[in-house]
Amino acid sequence: MHLMYFTEQPMSAYDSKAGLDYGATALTFSNSHFDPVAGSRLYNQYLEDYIYAEECGADGIMLNEHHNAPFCMQAKTNVFASILAAVTKRVKIVILGNPLPLAENPVRLAEELSMIDMISKGRLVSGFVRGGGQEQLATGVNPAYNRERFEEAHDLIVKAWTQPGPFRWEGTHYQHRVVNPWAVPLQKPHPRIWIPGVLSKETVLWTARHRYPYIALNTSPDATKAIWDTYSAAANEAGYTAGPENFGYLIRVHVQETEEKAIENARQFMWMQGEFTGLANPVWANPAGYFSPSGRRNFVEFAVGRAKNPRGAMTFEQQLESTMIIAGTPKTVIPRLRWLIERTRPGIMAFWANDGSVSAEDSRTCIRLLCQEVMPAVREIGKELGLNSPFEAGSPVSIDHSTDLRARPTAAE
Amino acid sequence: MTDAAWTRATARIADTTMHLSRAGSGRPLLVLHHDIGTPDRLAFYDALAARFDVLVPHHPGWGGSERPGWMRSVRDVAAMYQWLLAELGLKEVSLLGLGFGGWIAAEMASLAPAAFHRLVLVGAMGIKPPEGDILDQAIVSYLAYPQAGFHDPAAFTRIYGDVSTDQLEAWDIAREMCFRIAWKPYMYSQTLPHLLGGVRAPALVVWGDDDRIVPVSAGHAYAKALSNARFETIRACGHFVDMEQPEALARLVTEFVAAN
Repeated sequence: MHLMYFTEQPMSAYDSKAGLDYGATALTFSNSHFDPVAGSRLYNQYLEDYIYAEECGADGIMLNEHHNAPFCMQAKTNVFASILAAVTKRVKIVILGNPLPLAENPVRLAEELSMIDMISKGRLVSGFVRGGGQEQLATGVNPAYNRERFEEAHDLIVKAWTQPGPFRWEGTHYQHRVVNPWAVPLQKPHPRIWIPGVLSKETVLWTARHRYPYIALNTSPDATKAIWDTYSAAANEAGYTAGPENFGYLIRVHVQETEEKAIENARQFMWMQGEFTGLANPVWANPAGYFSPSGRRNFVEFAVGRAKNPRGAMTFEQQLESTMIIAGTPKTVIPRLRWLIERTRPGIMAFWANDGSVSAEDSRTCIRLLCQEVMPAVREIGKELGLNSPFEAGSPVSIDHSTDLRARPTAAE
Repeated sequence: MTDAAWTRATARIADTTMHLSRAGSGRPLLVLHHDIGTPDRLAFYDALAARFDVLVPHHPGWGGSERPGWMRSVRDVAAMYQWLLAELGLKEVSLLGLGFGGWIAAEMASLAPAAFHRLVLVGAMGIKPPEGDILDQAIVSYLAYPQAGFHDPAAFTRIYGDVSTDQLEAWDIAREMCFRIAWKPYMYSQTLPHLLGGVRAPALVVWGDDDRIVPVSAGHAYAKALSNARFETIRACGHFVDMEQPEALARLVTEFVAAN
């Protein structure tokens, strides 16, 4: 298994009452509440935490980015990836991911990621995402072309990584006279691409067709299994059999020396009123055209308050009960994880360990216990269950670089 | 109020099936609806049909008209409507553009300065307001946006009642279309104001006195950019003038378009 440490990098140093009074803090909650002195302290604390996670034995550091919102301080994931490329030695730097549609120039992303790969000496895993609805509004990018831009930017980046320049790109959303970046990835044929996601079936299918691992972000065990089924069926059609190396799972796990402290700190996962990515106005979270047309009817009802959030709104206790959140000492956390892993069988796991305003000291305790006690036990569970990561399995980086595909079945005469 | 007999037809324009409602007789009057689409029937349309050959198409991608996936600009819509008029063999048409439809009408007039009999713009988008901004529907709810277009909330209820889920869905689709062709800059063209001076048709620019969607400064900018324009305000009225003050607007339009 490949086991990663993750934090949203919460910007929790503001008057929480002001945020709660305001309501939906993702997008328009004023940045007059952002204190750069606290911001400086927190960025450096999070950096120290990543370095500590490597020292304690994590296989990877998972990074991400969001905009205009206190739930995540990373406005540019490649900045932290660049720093980690230089200051860490062993961990994989797993970006999940760069929001491709936000890029006006994907070639620039290809260059930055190549630099990170070279500086880290080949430790980059380059995930890509569509970006949340708010990110489109925060960056002025048209939500109606989100998926088209995602797919085209992906194609352009992979081409820039794998085919000698110069070449010309005349696409629908991107046009480039001369693609010829003088920075190419160290890893060949190119860095691994993993695709994280939450809900969208279209993304699961696209990911399976490319044979990229799909990382389910904090989905319920049942929803996760449903995603694997969708993925596996698409993989079969594409000519390969999906296994644990195709599946990743991000879950919230907080570990402390005592149960009480662990539960108390784990309540910080609810600091955004229990919302996964900060309390979001439904209209901003799903601007018209961003969401799958098949979900339009349910969504408009939710958006005007006639239907419940399709993601559900579970209490802290319900989330503990259903293993959406796992908290405790290593002794109690490991069996819960075993239960979850046996049911979902991922080859990749990300542990979202600290959130909200967990103290710097408790964050480090959590990282130590997670990486030194929980992760080794999880690795053993993984071996016992035959859960190999893409690295352990030596799986191809994509369908285009696969040599083991079955011939597509031909229609019966 | 005339109980006009409306016919519904489709036309194939640019490989796109477009929906067209039509009633009345007299001078042809092409009515271009708002960004939120249009109800099937409006008292305002009936009033116009008493005097004119009224054509109310659904914009490509809105209501009963197919979405052309390739469409990227409001000027594309204007070109499709020119094509529709050519297909129908109509000449000396008058254009009546409501809100977003006003932008389309202004584009059509700028592209064919001598082609139209009269141009009526009502709360028209399409020009960057010198003062204020066009209300951004991307960050308000499906109900809040149409509601913002009425001075009197009772007028909203009169038209839409208890808003159905079908209507909400239609508004989401309409909103998506706005994003597809007018996302940035939002709901205006930077070049259109420079192209309006050649329009030969006399123009009438009408604004509700409580338009919270398109600032009235845009209306004055239109009246200035068009060489032969008159500006009128309608009292106790929001952006959706046709739905909030149908009789007052119909009177103004009828008198203006019927004149020789």
